[in-house]
Amino acid sequence: MDDIAIELHGIDKSFGLVHANKDINLKVRKGTIHGIIGENGAGKSTLMSILYGFYQADSGEILVDGKPVAIRDPNTAISVGIGMVHQHFMLVENFTVLENVMLGAEDSQVLNKGIAKARTELKRLENEYALEVNPDALIEELPVGLQQRVEILKALYRKADILILDEPTGVLTPAEADHLFRILGQLKSQGKTIIFITHKLREIMAITDEVSVMRRGEMVATRNTRETSVEELAELMVGRRVLLRVDKGEASPGDVKLAVQGLTVKDSRGVTMVDDVSFEVRSGEIVGIAGVAGNGQSELLEAIAGIRKATAGTVLLNGKSVDVMGHRDPAELRARGLAHVPEDRHHVGLVLKFEESENAILGYHHDPRYLNGVFLNIDAIRKDAEEKIAKYDIRPPNARLKTANFSGGNQQKIVLAREMERDPDVLIIGQPTRGVDVGAIEFIHKRIIEMRDQGKAVLLVSVELDEIRSLSDRILVMFAGRVVGERSPDATEGELGLLMAGVEGRKEAAE
Amino acid sequence: MSTPYAKLPGWVEYGLIPLINLAVAFLVAGLVVLLVGENPLEAAYHLINGAFGRGEYIGFTLYYATTFIFTGLAVAVAFHAGLFNIGGEGQAYVGGIGVALACLWLDQTMPWYVVFPLAILGSVFFGALWAFLPGWLQAKRGSHIVITTIMFNFIASSLMVYLLTRVLKPLGSMAPQTRTFAEGGQLPKLDWLLSIFGLDVGTAPFNISFLLALVAAFGVWALIWRTRLGYEMRTMGHSPSAARYAGIRESRITVITMMISGGLAGMMALNPIMGEQFRMQLDFVQGAGFVGIAVALMGRSHPGGIIPAAILFGVLYQGGAEIAFEMPSISRDMIVIIQGLVILFAGALENMFRPAIARAFAMRGQRAAAVVQTRGA
Amino acid sequence: MDFFHVLVVLLESTIRVSVPLVFAALAGLFTERAGVFDIGLEGKMLGAAFAAGAAAAVTQSVWIGLIAAILISVALSLVHGYASITQRGNQIVSGVAINFIVAGSTVILGEAWFRQGGRTPALAEGARFQTISFPDADMIREVPLLGPIYADLLSGHFLLTYLAFAMVPISWWILYRTRFGLRLRAVGENPGAVDTAGISVIWLRYRAVICCGILCGFAGAYLSLAMTAGFVKGMTAGKGYIALAALIFAKWRPKNVMFACLLFGFLDALAIRLQGTPLPLIGQVPVQFMQALPYILTVILLAGFIGKAIPPKAGGVPYVKER
Repeated sequence: MDDIAIELHGIDKSFGLVHANKDINLKVRKGTIHGIIGENGAGKSTLMSILYGFYQADSGEILVDGKPVAIRDPNTAISVGIGMVHQHFMLVENFTVLENVMLGAEDSQVLNKGIAKARTELKRLENEYALEVNPDALIEELPVGLQQRVEILKALYRKADILILDEPTGVLTPAEADHLFRILGQLKSQGKTIIFITHKLREIMAITDEVSVMRRGEMVATRNTRETSVEELAELMVGRRVLLRVDKGEASPGDVKLAVQGLTVKDSRGVTMVDDVSFEVRSGEIVGIAGVAGNGQSELLEAIAGIRKATAGTVLLNGKSVDVMGHRDPAELRARGLAHVPEDRHHVGLVLKFEESENAILGYHHDPRYLNGVFLNIDAIRKDAEEKIAKYDIRPPNARLKTANFSGGNQQKIVLAREMERDPDVLIIGQPTRGVDVGAIEFIHKRIIEMRDQGKAVLLVSVELDEIRSLSDRILVMFAGRVVGERSPDATEGELGLLMAGVEGRKEAAE
Repeated sequence: MSTPYAKLPGWVEYGLIPLINLAVAFLVAGLVVLLVGENPLEAAYHLINGAFGRGEYIGFTLYYATTFIFTGLAVAVAFHAGLFNIGGEGQAYVGGIGVALACLWLDQTMPWYVVFPLAILGSVFFGALWAFLPGWLQAKRGSHIVITTIMFNFIASSLMVYLLTRVLKPLGSMAPQTRTFAEGGQLPKLDWLLSIFGLDVGTAPFNISFLLALVAAFGVWALIWRTRLGYEMRTMGHSPSAARYAGIRESRITVITMMISGGLAGMMALNPIMGEQFRMQLDFVQGAGFVGIAVALMGRSHPGGIIPAAILFGVLYQGGAEIAFEMPSISRDMIVIIQGLVILFAGALENMFRPAIARAFAMRGQRAAAVVQTRGA
Repeated sequence: MDFFHVLVVLLESTIRVSVPLVFAALAGLFTERAGVFDIGLEGKMLGAAFAAGAAAAVTQSVWIGLIAAILISVALSLVHGYASITQRGNQIVSGVAINFIVAGSTVILGEAWFRQGGRTPALAEGARFQTISFPDADMIREVPLLGPIYADLLSGHFLLTYLAFAMVPISWWILYRTRFGLRLRAVGENPGAVDTAGISVIWLRYRAVICCGILCGFAGAYLSLAMTAGFVKGMTAGKGYIALAALIFAKWRPKNVMFACLLFGFLDALAIRLQGTPLPLIGQVPVQFMQALPYILTVILLAGFIGKAIPPKAGGVPYVKER
């Protein structure tokens, strides 16, 4: 009855300086759906990759059906009955469904016999679990929901008894997600064990039997789903952090500086990432966008900043419209008073191989201040960089050092100094303190408030709810690409958490 | 994991590792010498002697180096923007048209210093033209620049054979080449430069295009590290996503970079055509476009590294001739082997020795490393 | 009837010049479908041709020559594999390097061993491939139409010629009908899918690279043991690059590879045939234009003006496990 399918003891894993999993213990009971919830970067995916043999734990023990096993590679995982549905599908797009299912489990050197067998087996699985899919369809021609079904079929075809699903609903529409849940319920009733990884509380409540919460690489709690609540889980996920209190006075909002109307963004696969979003940001206020990562905030930011095309909607910058659908020049937006601190400073906001001073002009390299005709005015650039280094206390104070050699916090300060010192009218900031040491966080927060007090319009996106609450004057909550509600920063964490989980928001949006 | 390899001090990164890679390439080349039953040390002696033993030899060495500076710079410029221009050979070849046209037009009426600037412009124009098409095709049509530039090398080769056998060949001549240029199409030698050092240039075709190559090297340095365009090229080469963020248009940079690269490759044609043969011959490029790949890889795409790398290959080409003369079983094809080995070890296998070196440094200088790695909060 | 005769001769020489292209392009098909780009086909073919010529000259055995060709070509493939799979080096750079190393060392070694100006000694009959005549070819030749086709076009080729064309369906069968082929194609598209299915990406790619070596070995052996009686310096003369162009032109598909090679071979044969002969309507076509045509066609194809050549998705990218 209380059979344990999977047991983890003291799993520990580091990637260089990042301690991704710290002494993880976990028990998953047979025939249940076990949820693992946590914020992005909490270590969920790493843990599952270890279970699937994709990575090796630095230490710790894995027991499957009570027996210790050394899972060295996905092959061993498959042989002990573990299957995994990856967040980014591991499918060959120009192969048929059948070929994808067979890959790695072909039975014989020549495919013919295997194909016939696979076809029958696939048919059987389809019937048994209600997983219809045309075996001869090409993956690239299938909608995302069906592609995921193929991933599930792949695992079942390999006779997996334990199925790991890593953020399976991230790419699905609500209808597709509901269908997935029915499939999972079916699988459970057939005796399969399912480990379900998500950062969405609603999903945990909807389908899991038990739930374990991860936070910053640690397993902080395991609860019986029926005996817990969204509020409790939200709190466990986020943790009782030292509330970062930022001294800030009342906001005195002025004119509308940034107006977004009906903005819609689709990704390359045609999935809607930002869905008809409208809001305004006035001078002298900070508008925070809260939401669990992956609910369209990044795409919204990029679309406003001109590095991603929108499919519909308008953006007004200082009252003048911006061509959001056509080709936009981020340089022109900068000239019109928009500054952008991107979420991904390593790949977007900085060129890590550049000297600090070279990054201090990225995007502003057309500014005549930095130029002598077509030549760069190196002296002016270095002098400018040194001033910023002093003002933002960037360490080590060396404008000629390679940017890769600065710590995360100092790298972020390089970006902030560049964007803030341009005296923009509108400042949009993504994840201002991600991967930033505590000391720098306070500094960065202060600077953001200062910008507001200077009359800038600040749009802030962060997955750190604390940060949003302590900095913003108004909070918009995004869920599934839509703004599902607006709250004042006095709203409780629980209230915001429910909105972020899409629980309250649905009602509100429907009203 | 953004940096798979540990950080190493600059002199290791830009000095020791290239030297080790080079040493291994020569070691393997030495094995080939052994394999043909000759003494590698003797070969090395003839190599050095043949390259430096007399003023004339030095003149030849530098003549070859001139060619390789141009083609090395061409490859390097493209590398900085993240593009692999493997078509230097064809661009140099087609660049010859510009040189030949200028010379054929004015050599009998004008002095060399009038013809030379026009020839430079011509070589740049035709070289850039031949690189423009692959650049444009990549920027606008998404065709892979490596493949298109390879194809353009062959198309150039056919085109030049056609031109030299049908169009540019003087009437009544059998040889596929232009007529020999009058004095206006002949560049002065740099005998005075070598005579400063008490050397006699002799018959070596060491000419003023060497100075042009040095100017081009300086120009490339200034372009890459001192101009806005160079800044944009480097941004794109290091991180296309950061370039997009900074409002740098990828297609524009691709096309411009390729044209600069092709122009530099085209300038190579000045050296053999106006400096040595005084006519445009079939196959005058002689693989220099490909040597440029080795030179750029060895020189780490920096003019300060490309010039010594080009001289090294000049030594190989000139000294190699001496080896071939003294040791008949080792023909000049030995150079081609070494060139290939350098490309292999300094290019494709550049990271082979890095982990070992990094480990050695980690063990030797743990304290020093700790200081380097200390990061401010 | 004269035109017909010319056509048969032309097609016969098309087949002859297409053989090394077919082998080399199929060789490229195997590595590139596995995600390893290879511009070193030229070098491998040349190395194989030299090894074949040298070994056959020394041992007087055509078979030892063939085996030597394959061994050398596979060894060169493994160098490329080591650089691009294990060391994750730049695949283009590695390919260029191999082309140079081979171009130089075949001459140096040939000269050192045989002292015939970079050639290997001319091979006696037993040390090279002989053409195979179909039964009663001479008699049937007299039959109108079908006779010449049977006797001149189909009969009278080398064993390797028949093998080359047999390799087209065989390669297709391996790639599309065997487990190895399925995995090979998968690793060129999405190595992650292969890795998570519990298959070693590295070993799979090495096997693909070895297949490439074997086929390049046949291509080289054909050049020095069948087409000519011995190795001549630089005898590949860009055939490796033409094969690469054919592979792209064929959009990385076996059947298309054969037709692309035949097309490019036909252009080559035609160029030789047409030298100096004006064509009706067009007038005289410069032979250089005909020689450049394969490359021009490939560029046009790559630019997407006639269909679109989509390379294997993971091509040219070393596999690194994502975090």
